[in-house]
Amino acid sequence: MFDDLRDLYQEVILDHGRKPRNFRRLEDADRSARGDNPMCGDRMELFLKLSPDGHIADAAFQGRGCAISMASASLMTETVKGKTAAEAEELGAKFRELAMTGTCPDCGASLAEEMERLQPLSGVHEFPSRVKCATLAWHTLHAALEGTKEASSE
Amino acid sequence: MMDGPILAVGFDVERIRQDFPILSQTVRGKPLVFLDSGASAQKPRQVIEAMVRCMETAYANVHRGAYHLSEQATEAYEEARRATARFLNAADPREIVFTRNSTEAINLVAHSFGRGVLQPGQAVVISEMEHHANLVPWQMLRDDGRGIELRVCRVTDAGELDLEDLAAKLADGRVGLVAITHMSNVLGTVTPAERIAAMAHAAGAKVLFDGSQAAVHRRVDVQAIDADFYVFTGHKLYGPTGIGVLWARLELLERMPPFLGGGDMISMVTLERSEWAPPPAKFEAGTPPIIEAVGLHAAIDYVTAIGMPEIEAHERRLVDHAMRRLSDIDGLSLLGRAQDRGGVFSFTLDNAHPHDLSTLLDRAGIAVRAGRHCAEPLHTRFGLEGGTCRASFGLYTTEQEVDYLADALTKAREFFG
Repeated sequence: MFDDLRDLYQEVILDHGRKPRNFRRLEDADRSARGDNPMCGDRMELFLKLSPDGHIADAAFQGRGCAISMASASLMTETVKGKTAAEAEELGAKFRELAMTGTCPDCGASLAEEMERLQPLSGVHEFPSRVKCATLAWHTLHAALEGTKEASSE
Repeated sequence: MMDGPILAVGFDVERIRQDFPILSQTVRGKPLVFLDSGASAQKPRQVIEAMVRCMETAYANVHRGAYHLSEQATEAYEEARRATARFLNAADPREIVFTRNSTEAINLVAHSFGRGVLQPGQAVVISEMEHHANLVPWQMLRDDGRGIELRVCRVTDAGELDLEDLAAKLADGRVGLVAITHMSNVLGTVTPAERIAAMAHAAGAKVLFDGSQAAVHRRVDVQAIDADFYVFTGHKLYGPTGIGVLWARLELLERMPPFLGGGDMISMVTLERSEWAPPPAKFEAGTPPIIEAVGLHAAIDYVTAIGMPEIEAHERRLVDHAMRRLSDIDGLSLLGRAQDRGGVFSFTLDNAHPHDLSTLLDRAGIAVRAGRHCAEPLHTRFGLEGGTCRASFGLYTTEQEVDYLADALTKAREFFG
């Protein structure tokens, strides 16, 4: 009945949705932000620990939401660790394009390996009402890096 | 145990379904199973055609011109008012005010009765199971500095109104209005309207019922209930969007100041001042929803011809069937187990977030709603901040559709493991 949904709910998504990685508070976080999806009740708090040279030394989150939003946040924290803030923002821009269109033509050049890890989430582009589930974590990351504290993916 | 469905005399769901053009379509290659009528119902040909006929043959502005078309349109608009009055068994058609929807009708009461009749120090009582439409306007009234208090009556773990708590909230005699849903859009709970009205009146309070869900599913008699205000909306009653109904006792409408100002709601205007028209015109500023009123009239004629008792009986059978089928699904938790309930089921499924679940069901052609259904405090009350999935029935819903939903939910559970 649901076989064609395996593109959206790939095993890696279900796995990260059930057992999100880096699902904890960072008590010594340098940056944090809340992400809210008021229409559906998804909510997360993201924590970043920055190293003196500006790299993301650690990233973690807590919250609640659907499999897509939990998996996206989980994969994001894994992917941005070790990146500079600028690289993380670039990844966020590329990811949003991937989630909305299913492809990312510019992804070949830099950060190709990271984008490959996020590829399982590209299926959401076929589900307009679910794109915001996948992008909430990245909006929240942007807010944390900018220091605006609040993000909403409406 | 009976074999097969028991059909009500004269209620032929397959024939009724043929009146609804949209139901014959497929979604993603599967027959549409529309289980979101609680959010908005589909429209029968009779409603669609009445509105088209109005625009093609009898449309002009109402209460204006002394020419044939305007007189025809005015007659159609006022006939819709009379039909609505009969539908609710109102004592007088002047007690029917057309609004944009239920939300606007409640805002009208919160504004005109809340700010114009209630006195500082008085309180409004609502409940934990209100739709935001019957919650936010009262918070706004509380917060605008007039000294109106807002009290919230509890809901029991079974999802019923806690009548003991209601009695406690009424005890000090300072309550001016009780505003409660007649049927919860999340729990399906039908509230004991007559009893609530009696309790309110004994405490000196008026009572408003939000009938957005209830008026669709059973016969409503505002005089038998002994209500003071009753609101419902056209689009959930198989009618068009853009028209809602406020029924209120004439003497209350006469005492209440207007809500919106403009044309049609005045009897005399100079540059210095105006005098208000009598109700219902006093509350219908500007060009009203004329075509929508014609559509609402057709919808009322439609459900009345089928018979509200027959619709209620059909839905009772569906509710019993759904209770049996949904209760059998491992890992499914139903929200609310009220004794008296209508065809609205909110639920969660282990390991499946409501949004993931609704995406899955959509693939099977099933339209359900996921989220908190404009009742966020109620979901918080039951510890379900992440929301629920909701299946809601209409008069065209079949037992086969309920079975299909149950089978899909069982498979969805396997999918998410």
